[in-house]
Amino acid sequence: MANEVLKVEHLEKYYQKKHVLHDINFSISKGEVITLLGPSGSGKSTLIRCLNGLEDFRNGEITFENKKVVPSEKNWQQLRQKIGMVFQSYDLFPNLTVLDNIMLGPTKVQKRNVEEVKKEIDELLEKVDLLDYKNAYPRQLSGGQKQRIAIVRALALHPEFMLFDEVTASLDPEMVRGVLNIIQDLADQDDMTMIIVTHEMNFAQQIADRVLFLKDGSILEDTPGKKFFKDPTTDQAKEFLQSMDF
Amino acid sequence: MSWEIIKQSLPMFQQGFVLTLYLSLIGIVGSAIVGIICSLVQYFKVPVLDKVLQVYIEISRNTPLLIQLFFLYYAFPAMGIKLSAQLCGIIGLIFLGGSYMAAGFSGGFNGVSKKQVESGKAIGLSRWQLARYIVFPQGFALSIPALAANIIFLIKETSIFTVIAIPELTNTALDLIGLYYNSNEYLFVLVVAYAIILIPLSLVLTLLERRVRYGTFGN
Repeated sequence: MANEVLKVEHLEKYYQKKHVLHDINFSISKGEVITLLGPSGSGKSTLIRCLNGLEDFRNGEITFENKKVVPSEKNWQQLRQKIGMVFQSYDLFPNLTVLDNIMLGPTKVQKRNVEEVKKEIDELLEKVDLLDYKNAYPRQLSGGQKQRIAIVRALALHPEFMLFDEVTASLDPEMVRGVLNIIQDLADQDDMTMIIVTHEMNFAQQIADRVLFLKDGSILEDTPGKKFFKDPTTDQAKEFLQSMDF
Repeated sequence: MSWEIIKQSLPMFQQGFVLTLYLSLIGIVGSAIVGIICSLVQYFKVPVLDKVLQVYIEISRNTPLLIQLFFLYYAFPAMGIKLSAQLCGIIGLIFLGGSYMAAGFSGGFNGVSKKQVESGKAIGLSRWQLARYIVFPQGFALSIPALAANIIFLIKETSIFTVIAIPELTNTALDLIGLYYNSNEYLFVLVVAYAIILIPLSLVLTLLERRVRYGTFGN
């Protein structure tokens, strides 16, 4: 495929002897949004962590922008500037202000001009309604605010591709919408390529171009979003959707 | 107990007091420097050097200061290295304290959560940048309680210097007792002198710990 951003072939992952990912194969094209669904413990987080080198894997190959990824730490370090990731627990750096949290990547890793970066960050913070908190420390923010900052921190590196690992799972219900809206905007306005692990079924239904349904470490379905929610192929997926109550 | 005897002994105790403070200060600063170097070598897993320093840490932590001092003071001259008593004391204290400080710093660095490290990696930080901006600042704050305990510990350990006749506080007291047999008075002054150094210091360090635990990173 010409505009393929990422391709995963025959990926296998073990934790010691435990086989946690079985022969994973899929690819994602530019601008596409994939949601990764499945019961807890099915390997969703492990899979997306493999995609930016936070987990190593035993067999298989990852191709990013038509180049095979050599899985060395040095190589991943370069790639992570292009593959943004946001975590469930936000993980802002508590010792740095909001601005410094966001600035670290663009100015230290990418060595971009500080003034330009600052200007751009102001715009990004304005977009997520947090410009007033620029000089605050993470502990002064609510969970939802922290997560919005974490997204801005990832976006400030101008990634080609974003990974979201259950980013609303630790938020109070009233905070969830704000975070999801930002991700929705990324899909609608910036045409961002994304893989999203989530338990927010309504959101998944709304945003997913494609759904990968994962169970016990295997991809059981790789279906267009609309079809998955209306008419899933496997019984496991049907059962899963029924259990989710949305 | 005679206040007259105490009063007469004070000038001598004053000298011992200053010397205890002086040796402690050098010992603590030296130990901190050795500790930082050791913990950095261990953090970055510098090949060979980290094994060498591990041997040092094991020896230092598992032998008494008393024996370390005897070794420096009596065994070194036999090998042709003659050091003054004070220098032996300082080297001994740093040899001992360095490993304790190293453990303190390493404990802090290792205490920084894995998630912090991962989220640093996720924005492309190199190993060095991760250390410089995330692990060291956070780890240092975490290590402060251990460092504070080490500081108090090292000051108390200076009392062992008396065995190689360094005229610090304890040596002064034992000397005076040997000369005049007024053990009650001299031991009383000795206790008060250590308390004057250690109690305020301990309070200040506790405050500092509390500030670091609750106050930093945003207050």
